[in-house]
Amino acid sequence: MKNYEIVIGLETHIQLNTASKIFCSCKADSWGADPNTNICPVCSGLPGVLPVLNAEAVQKGALLAAAMHAEINPTSYFDRKNYFYPDLPKGYQITQFDEPIGKGGYMDLHMPDGSQRRVRIHKLHLEEDAGKTKIEHGERLVDFNRCGVPLVEMVTEPDLRSADEAAQYLTQLRQLLRWIGVSEADMERGHLRCDANVSIREVGSTLLNTKTEIKNVNSIDAVRLAIIEEAKRQIEAVEAGERIQSYTLDWDADSGTLRKMRSKETEADYRYFREPDLLPVVLSPEEVARVQSSLPELPLARRARFIQDYQLSAYDADILTSERGLSDYYEESVRLCAGSAKVVSNWMMNDLIRLMNDTGKSAAELRLRPADLAEIIQLVEGGKINPSTGKSLLARVEAGAGKASQIVADEGLGLIADEDALSQQIASVLAESAAEVESFRAGKESLLGWFVGQVMRRTGGKADPKRTRELLLELLKQ
Amino acid sequence: MSSIQLSAYQIAQKVRAGELSPLEVLDEHLKQIAAVDGLPGSLSPKPLDPGEEAKVHAFIEVSADLARKQAEQVQARLERGEDPGPLAGVPVSVKGIFCVKGTTTTAASRILHNFRPPYSATTVERLEKAGALIIGKTNLDEFTYGSSSESSAFQPHPNNPWNTERVTGGSSGGSAASVAAREAPLSLGTDTGGSIRQPAAFCGVVGLKPTYGRTSRYGLIAFGSSLDCPGPLARDVRDAALMLQVLAGADPKDSTSALAPVQDYLAALQEGVKGLRIGLSRDYDHITYPDTLTGEMSVQAIQPEMNSAVRAAAEVLAGLGAEIVEDVPMPNARHGIPAYFVISRVEAASNLHRFDGVKYGYRTNKTVPGLSELYRATRAEGFGLQPKLRILMGMYVSAAQHSAQYYQKALRVRSMIRSDFTQAFDPRGTYRLDALLTPTTPTTAFLRGEVMGDSVLMQYSDQMTVAGNHAGIPAVSIPAGLDPLGLPIGVQFFGMDFREDLILRAAYAFEQATQNAEWRGVLPQVLRGSEVKA
Repeated sequence: MKNYEIVIGLETHIQLNTASKIFCSCKADSWGADPNTNICPVCSGLPGVLPVLNAEAVQKGALLAAAMHAEINPTSYFDRKNYFYPDLPKGYQITQFDEPIGKGGYMDLHMPDGSQRRVRIHKLHLEEDAGKTKIEHGERLVDFNRCGVPLVEMVTEPDLRSADEAAQYLTQLRQLLRWIGVSEADMERGHLRCDANVSIREVGSTLLNTKTEIKNVNSIDAVRLAIIEEAKRQIEAVEAGERIQSYTLDWDADSGTLRKMRSKETEADYRYFREPDLLPVVLSPEEVARVQSSLPELPLARRARFIQDYQLSAYDADILTSERGLSDYYEESVRLCAGSAKVVSNWMMNDLIRLMNDTGKSAAELRLRPADLAEIIQLVEGGKINPSTGKSLLARVEAGAGKASQIVADEGLGLIADEDALSQQIASVLAESAAEVESFRAGKESLLGWFVGQVMRRTGGKADPKRTRELLLELLKQ
Repeated sequence: MSSIQLSAYQIAQKVRAGELSPLEVLDEHLKQIAAVDGLPGSLSPKPLDPGEEAKVHAFIEVSADLARKQAEQVQARLERGEDPGPLAGVPVSVKGIFCVKGTTTTAASRILHNFRPPYSATTVERLEKAGALIIGKTNLDEFTYGSSSESSAFQPHPNNPWNTERVTGGSSGGSAASVAAREAPLSLGTDTGGSIRQPAAFCGVVGLKPTYGRTSRYGLIAFGSSLDCPGPLARDVRDAALMLQVLAGADPKDSTSALAPVQDYLAALQEGVKGLRIGLSRDYDHITYPDTLTGEMSVQAIQPEMNSAVRAAAEVLAGLGAEIVEDVPMPNARHGIPAYFVISRVEAASNLHRFDGVKYGYRTNKTVPGLSELYRATRAEGFGLQPKLRILMGMYVSAAQHSAQYYQKALRVRSMIRSDFTQAFDPRGTYRLDALLTPTTPTTAFLRGEVMGDSVLMQYSDQMTVAGNHAGIPAVSIPAGLDPLGLPIGVQFFGMDFREDLILRAAYAFEQATQNAEWRGVLPQVLRGSEVKA
């Protein structure tokens, strides 16, 4: 068999998390609503109504363009894409055709094996979503709730070379969308939808062969599996001397198989023309600059900075920048801890993420704020409490028990700070353990741990282990 | 004296002063409708007897109950000591293309025969708020696609009150006829290529197409969205100004509505024409018309009375102190209709997509095997000839392989037409016009059935008006005489963007100066022998 490579382009539809729909004042999100309960004359296409553009959708579209390193088009236009379908109540979709909000752009993929690839963006435009249809008991039912939901359609160049790269692209895209706050990017709820265009070619070739389009893949894993399946099918077909035909394929997640939907040999003519009901979308240089400057530090840049500035491992930096709220939490905690970045990282990687998992909250949602975490870390680091007390305080502060230092004071959880008191306790332990003292002095120095344990038992865990050890050595060696 | 003798301005004044009851005004107009209108337009018309043939048939639906409720509200506001608004108690007929809550809004098409909108057009809401009584929905060409109102799916179509064997013009034919026949002093029409001004000219009334964006399109069932413009039809210039005052202004529901401030049109009327520069153009004294066999364009003369009416009007205005500027070039006027054929059809075909039998309106009764058959049968049965022709043409010229040749080219022609006007109105240019005076139509009202069936010829009756829609500028048509057959002649003033005040001033000055002209003493045929005085 020859050596093949897969050529993949991804077409994504991103639902913007605006308050209202793109051309009317209906709520943008209809999740859980009964069919046709979140509609109005405008989004259901009654005669005589007109669209009014939602400024928030333009802002979020422009912000995404900036995040994708695309040029924000100072004057973009809406166009009509004309076709008939029952879920499209006007008989045309209002979309952007030749002058979209974003031009160009790219995303750099960082593969887990350390390799990198730049994926260029072919198209980035705003549009309205269509409704949904389904057939039930032989009847076609239409739900217009989704009509008019603001979308960004973003299409990559055929720059991806493996199913893993496609999955990584979607993972990074999802992270980015949430990071800049333009979409909830929940694939199961359809906030982020993906069609994959797949073709194969011999390694070394630069030709683009006939591609097939895989639709209805609504998880990152499904995209990966569907591409693997389709590439396998294409390779087998080519090896058997067949020609690849331009199909649209439907991914059946239950069976993990692809089903041919329709042949796509001829392009439909949508008779695009400028939407006469809307004005051009003009963004002044000041507005473009405002969008650019409102762009937060992006995940990859922050990851690099964490490695550089805080000497984090790539693994820790990945985790701590997986979500913007978590990375903000980390930086704020480091700042409040006066720079013990590695210590904070350990606390977060081990304990805070566990707390998030246990409570099902994001970092931003925790009641335990970075100031609380910093306080607890400082109590431990300063020898005021022992680490296990610190860890138990995380959950208690989160549960609303109050400030950590207050809990420590109220419940007497602090370590014995009085050197004389501690020395007395140690002296008592030594007095009661004459045989062990004998053995230690005879050279069995491994007994030191046993003595520390005894002191801890006697003090109910309030002895500072480090100081205890020092004092023990002092007394034992007298 | 019946209130049908009064202008809208007079009715509103008397109603606000408590001298006239809005309910009385309504009853008198309903009585006039009963007397002159005959059967309303219907999808299954009965054969008409000669008496019905001589009726006006302006309405598809008379909304007496709605108007009565509104009259009662005006009355109640008066009794509470509130101002019921500048159109208090004034009956207004509304072209059947506007959505009006509580009425059937058919667009004169079978495909919307049962559509009752859950909202009203912004223009209609503004009329209601101003105290107007929405007296009924007038007949029109199906979806406004025509210039005679004969293509309505609701027959009988309107007849010209001046001669019921002749057409009203269109597409706001029912509106113009209802005003001419004194069934309502005002009507709300739409103008996409001349659909307010041409029927106004044919029916001897005033018709004003505002600047594109001056009046909201929300709730107007779209024809050519970049050209459509709601506006008033009235019996005199002051009434048109009064109604425009109510209609004009930005609408948050229409992104293409303009934010430009609205002038005081009534006050402007008093300023006269002294010092205004009014242009005449030789490019408007004929039409350029394609030979139907060869497609070659040839110059055709227009009815001579049209040019003499323009000349006479110019002399009247000159006598009042206006400066007449001769020979203003409008070289692209002759491209107006071909460009309109393309642009309006592309937008129309797209705007008609939503009528598919799925959501509202007509759906085929046939049992169909699938979705595309449902669309096909519904649209084949629901649309008349004109929508079908316009869909075919619109689809053809916007197809990917033809778009550059037709649609994109038409858009360039459109901007050339606009630049003709920009130059003529340029305050630092050669002509520095305040208004351009032209005939409104190439002929007076033609006979019923005379042009119907020839879509190209029908379209050419808009050649004098269509440039205003391409350019987006305001224009008003006013009565300027009668032809030898006793049919009204209209002349038109084009103005610059958002300067409706200037063209209304010129129109009003002409109207006032010709109050005693002989032709003003002649009544429309359907009013002769009644107690109505000219």
